[in-house]
Amino acid sequence: MAKHHVTATVNGDAVEFLCDTQETLLDCLRDQLGLTGTKEGCSTGDCGACSVTVNGRLVCSCLMLAVEAGGTSIGTIEGIARGNELHPLQRKFIEHAALQCGICTPGFLVAAKSLLEKEPNPSETQVRFWLAGNLCRCTGYDKIVRAVLDAAAEMRGA
Amino acid sequence: MQEKVKDTPSSEFQYVGHRPDRPDGVDKVTGRAKFGADFAMSGQLVGKVLRSPYAHARIRAIDTGAAERLPGVKAVITAADFKDQPSEFIPAGEMMINYRDVVRNVMAREKALYEGHPIAAVAATNAVIAKQALKLIKVDYEVLPHVIDVVEAMQPGAPILHEDMYTAGVDPAPKTPSNIAKRLEFVLGDVAAGFKLADVVVEREFTTKPVHQGYIEPHACVASVSEDGQADVWVTTQGHWIVRAHCARLLGWDVNKIRVISSEIGGGFGGKTVVYLEPLALALAKKARRPVKMVMTREEVFRASGPTSGAHVRVKIGARKDGRIVAAEAELKYQAGAFAGSPVQPGAMCAYAPYDLEHVRVVGYDVVTNRPKVAAYRAPGGPISEFAVESVIDEIADKLGIDPIEMRLRNAAKQGTKAAYGPKFGPIGMVETLEAAKAHAHWRTPLEKHQGRGVASGFWFNIGGETSVSLSLNEDGTLSLTAGTPDIGGLRASLCMMAAEELKVPLDKIRVQIGDTGQLGYNFLTGGSRATFSSGMATVQAAREVMKEACKRAAKLWELPEDAVEYKDGAVRPAGPNAGKHNPMSLKEIAGIAGKTGGPIAGYARINAAGAAPSLATHICDVEVDPDTGKVSVVRYTAIQDAGRAIHPSYVEGQYQGGVAQGIGWALNEEYIYDDDGKLQNPGFLDYRVPVASDLPMIDTVIVEVPNPRHPYGVRGVGETPIVPPMAAVANAVANATGVRFTELPMSPPKVLKALDAARAKGAAKI
Repeated sequence: MAKHHVTATVNGDAVEFLCDTQETLLDCLRDQLGLTGTKEGCSTGDCGACSVTVNGRLVCSCLMLAVEAGGTSIGTIEGIARGNELHPLQRKFIEHAALQCGICTPGFLVAAKSLLEKEPNPSETQVRFWLAGNLCRCTGYDKIVRAVLDAAAEMRGA
Repeated sequence: MQEKVKDTPSSEFQYVGHRPDRPDGVDKVTGRAKFGADFAMSGQLVGKVLRSPYAHARIRAIDTGAAERLPGVKAVITAADFKDQPSEFIPAGEMMINYRDVVRNVMAREKALYEGHPIAAVAATNAVIAKQALKLIKVDYEVLPHVIDVVEAMQPGAPILHEDMYTAGVDPAPKTPSNIAKRLEFVLGDVAAGFKLADVVVEREFTTKPVHQGYIEPHACVASVSEDGQADVWVTTQGHWIVRAHCARLLGWDVNKIRVISSEIGGGFGGKTVVYLEPLALALAKKARRPVKMVMTREEVFRASGPTSGAHVRVKIGARKDGRIVAAEAELKYQAGAFAGSPVQPGAMCAYAPYDLEHVRVVGYDVVTNRPKVAAYRAPGGPISEFAVESVIDEIADKLGIDPIEMRLRNAAKQGTKAAYGPKFGPIGMVETLEAAKAHAHWRTPLEKHQGRGVASGFWFNIGGETSVSLSLNEDGTLSLTAGTPDIGGLRASLCMMAAEELKVPLDKIRVQIGDTGQLGYNFLTGGSRATFSSGMATVQAAREVMKEACKRAAKLWELPEDAVEYKDGAVRPAGPNAGKHNPMSLKEIAGIAGKTGGPIAGYARINAAGAAPSLATHICDVEVDPDTGKVSVVRYTAIQDAGRAIHPSYVEGQYQGGVAQGIGWALNEEYIYDDDGKLQNPGFLDYRVPVASDLPMIDTVIVEVPNPRHPYGVRGVGETPIVPPMAAVANAVANATGVRFTELPMSPPKVLKALDAARAKGAAKI
């Protein structure tokens, strides 16, 4: 079967690629566009390691077909820093040691950024529930939650 | 690596004990870090595995012809591509391995022994073709009766997995095969005599379910084999020298032909200490003459990679009225999965290790069942036996009306205590963690309605082992440090800090990398809580070699005897009577004269790190039990543990917190569910539910430091102990809240509700 020609915007850049019908957005980000910062942990939407934003909405890229991404604007972990300047969430994750192995970190950062865009002043409970779709097996979430709350405070200028 | 936060005021060190940013941090928050599945080789094929749909079946024949003929398929392999191996058990860190079994686990030979057991593998030009090819492989199975449960597997008449397995450690040797691979026993004193002195005796039986390590990154590798037999493997692993050793053995190749490069590793917890895909990828790559990439799906991870044992444990403890334990017994039945080698031995060794006891007897059984072969999981074996022991100690304390921390203090092992498994302890921190628990505000905070508090202690041995580290002084005076133990949770930061502490140079002047198997001598894996201990010890030695050599070079330049020169405060200077004769030389200046004074300067430590010391912990847990649903929520948790010395306290705390979270999952949610056909029903994160952020509270930590005298900075190793106490801490808290003792894990809502209803009917429930 002929492949599909998809054009989209990824982290502000125009991209195009060819994909099979059954290929996911995650497959194409990683294999076609070389953006391997987005991780595959389960391919069933349960672990959140593949979190990206599509037109500003947080999604598991393993649950979206690549052909559905045509014409959309996609945000991935590679687009979070501004030039050499890390996003406050990225800095706070390092400062708080909110990562150990780091495989879940891109997904957590994309999800946390999405939270803070909606709710700049989240409570601990809001952070925990918003991030409940992202699994981390190393940290027990303590330092991740602290990093997100601290980044939120800094971004609010608090 | 920038140092920002100095918040350990008691630290006598410039770097050790502080909290600098980790050197691999930026790569990991920007998506730059390359994990197992992130690497690709040009021209690579996709490898896929055909797995047994049956829990137990004889393989009569495999026909791969149609798969091989499918356009795009470049290689197909089966067990016929691997030479059989003789049966011999070889120590491999905290577990034993037998290559006869390893070769059968990576590819089934006579029989498929669990659902998911590899039967064949293919390499094709893309994933779609590879999957089609798997469907074209015809396997003629004779389905056999299977056994999943450990106690059932031990019964006479149970389906036998290995017709040549006769229980070892039994006298006289049995004449009929069985699923019990081994019986072992540790005895100290005379338990029968001890029990006669007891005022109270409690005996209980416990069951725990197999639980998976649950690393978020599935197994992945890329392998390439050249026409002249030189192979490269890029892999996510806890030990790339181990991968090299296993692959060389299974393929019959010389060790030097295989170079293994460890990627960033997305969690391991013991589960990435064995080989699954790597020998298959190499065999396929050799056959196809193209690189082959293989990545497991999450479902394959659950069906075919090692969880830890499910177990049945009986514990009997007798104590006097004053809380002193006079006799302790345990019988441990651990399932090993399809091949012998459960962690029952370490489980038996550490069952009573936190305590100073006169009369102890522990018996263990290693039992095969039709499940995936177990792999190490964080303190392998310990959490199971110690869950049972810590639960019974709690019950005895309750019966005697003694505070549970006080009860443990009255029995705590100390320096000089002889453990039932043999050694006399050096300095250990059991008493210190108990005292810290007693003094913690958590212990005194009042509970609310439907809440209960539990406490439990835990022990793990920790190991050292073979380790190589190199440290090169670069031509501009900066340093390159190469270690061989994969960094899973901040190792590079800790090694960099220890090297900087020795050399008194800024952290950002040392770049740390994890070298491949061609760059260093042998390194045993990252496991046994050994990496910071062993690679740290080797790093310190390498740094001291660099300093010594720097002194030698300056001595040559200054025409002084070598012992008239010292390295101090980051510079080489004349010492003693010659002090002040020459200006101090910085490492940069030494680097500048290296060429003309003898060539490059480097330290290279090759050690068998001895003196690893146990780490003990005491945890306090508060739970709230919903009386209507049986749901248990952990509402407050404090983990107190002896680190020996925390090199980077944030990553030590992280180990405590992560172990607690895994332990809470083990206690409350996680289990494998099999159907009547022996097929796993929950091979995904939706139904095998690990704790998520909204399930847990903040996890408080207290780092106790009783330095290990055998390590230059006092390090003990901290990674494994944190998963030992949580199951009992949670169970004891649930008992405190409800009046009902739970001896079966997980304490999931339906089980808790059922037990509460039964207790309510008898008027025995508190809620």
